[in-house]
This record gives sequence, C-alpha cells and structure tokens, in this order.
Amino acid sequence: MRSQVATRMNLRRDIFQAIADPTRRAILVLVAAQSMTAGEIAANFDTARPTVSKHVQILTECELIKAEQSGREIYYSLEIEKMKEIDEWLHQFRKLWETRFNQLDEVLAAMKGQKNEQ
Amino acid sequence: MSNSLLFNFTVNKEAKTVFIKREFAAELSLVWDAFTKQEILDQWWAPKPWISKTKYMDFKVGGRRFYAMVSPEGQEHWSIQEYTSISPKTNFKMLNAFADKDENPELPGSDWDLKFSEQNRVTTVSVTIYNESLARMEKMIEMGFKEGFTMTLNILEELLAKLSQR
Repeated sequence: MRSQVATRMNLRRDIFQAIADPTRRAILVLVAAQSMTAGEIAANFDTARPTVSKHVQILTECELIKAEQSGREIYYSLEIEKMKEIDEWLHQFRKLWETRFNQLDEVLAAMKGQKNEQ
Repeated sequence: MSNSLLFNFTVNKEAKTVFIKREFAAELSLVWDAFTKQEILDQWWAPKPWISKTKYMDFKVGGRRFYAMVSPEGQEHWSIQEYTSISPKTNFKMLNAFADKDENPELPGSDWDLKFSEQNRVTTVSVTIYNESLARMEKMIEMGFKEGFTMTLNILEELLAKLSQR
C-alpha cells in the first residue's frame, strides 16, 4: 500500500511541476476555452515557437492536455480527468489538516489524563 | 467526541489565503502548549506515517523552530518557522519557509497567523496562511508538493473555475 501511495505521489508531482510554470498554465487556460493547434497556441505568446512547443510537449506528457489529429492538423485540448487530480490534491491538503488535528485530539486527551493523575 | 467539533477549511482566492478553523475539547492552556512546545508538537504535527522531528525550537519573537517532516522511507523535508509576534495564549504569527538540512531557507515562504480562544472548555484555533504575491503562490506550488502539504492556490482555483464553466 505504501508503494501505491508513492506512485500516486509521483504522478501528482509531475502534474504540479507542469503547472508550476506560468506559460504552461496560460496554455492550459487557452485550451480549456477551445481546442487549438500548436501554431494557434504559439500565436498567443511572445515566446519563440519552439519554446511554446516544448511547453505543449511537457503538458502532453503529463497528460494535462491531449492531442487529436483532425485532417492535417493536430488539435490540443484539456484533459479534464487529469485536472480533477489537481482538485483532489486540494482535497489532500484539507485531509492533511484533518489528520493532523485528529492526532492533536489524542495528544490533548492524553495530556488531560496525565493532569488528572497528578 | 471529536466529530461534533467544528472543522472549517476554506481557500480565499481574492485574499490569497487558506483558512483553517478547528475546535478542541480541551482548555486553552493545553492547546497553547500543544502548539508551542516542541516535544508536544512533534507528537501530532506530521500526519502518520510521517514523523515530525524538531531539531530546535526557540519560542520567542525572532526565534525559530527548525524541523523536518520525515517520510516512512526516512526522507527528510526541512522547514523553518520563524516567530514574528507572540501574545501568550491568544495569538502567534510566524513566517514559514522550506529549507535544506543546513537551515538555508527557500524563500519566499508564507505568513501564518494562529488565533486561540476558549469557551466552555472548548478551545477554538484559527489558522490563516497567507501568500503575499502570485509569484510566491507559484513558488509554493513548485516546492510544497514534496511534503504533500502546501498552500492552496489562486491559479488552480482559476483553472478549476474555468473548467466548471464549460
């Protein structure tokens, strides 16, 4: 079970590295609105096109966006399911605080017990 | 017992804050000790199976807690908490930053504000975690995930809001 957790952690870390970059986040926002070709995406940035392509590639590798062939063009769109993992991460953060505070409940109960014995 | 106690967790995008509020069935002085004494903190700060290991803690304004979250595999992720304001049994504030094992902080960090109050032997703790800039938020995302706990973020909120409009 531990290895399962570790695997899931790695998976998420990839996503978070992917979205840690402002250009990549901007790309995600763009393709969330509508699917676009690499050229259309690049047209939204001042950055050199190969740089934008590299970002698109990283996002594709992390499966945050998917590529679909349509005629001669390849269109990129948002991978909704993957984005939900990010949402789940927010949930994990909440869960951490829940766990932490439940542990504190136990510690406080033990402290109270000690105090009463004295 | 603990189920009937309040637990609030909210993310405020505009204010760039995460807000956590929790009630504890214990008197204020105990809860205050649990947050401000290293030997007690280490018993609950890390969610199991992680372990909290405090190298040193000097709870005074300008003082620090330098501690690690240790994974089951023995991997250590160090952090510094520097106390910027203390009003005994009422409130304390700290600057939180990830660090390397030699106590070099990875700035920027985040500002934490912890408030304590008691009513009818129930103590309420409110934790506000604030990131002053978007850049700082971004840095938190980048670095924070290795501990599995970080600040929550404007950017993701924006993305998710966009998604839900589809």
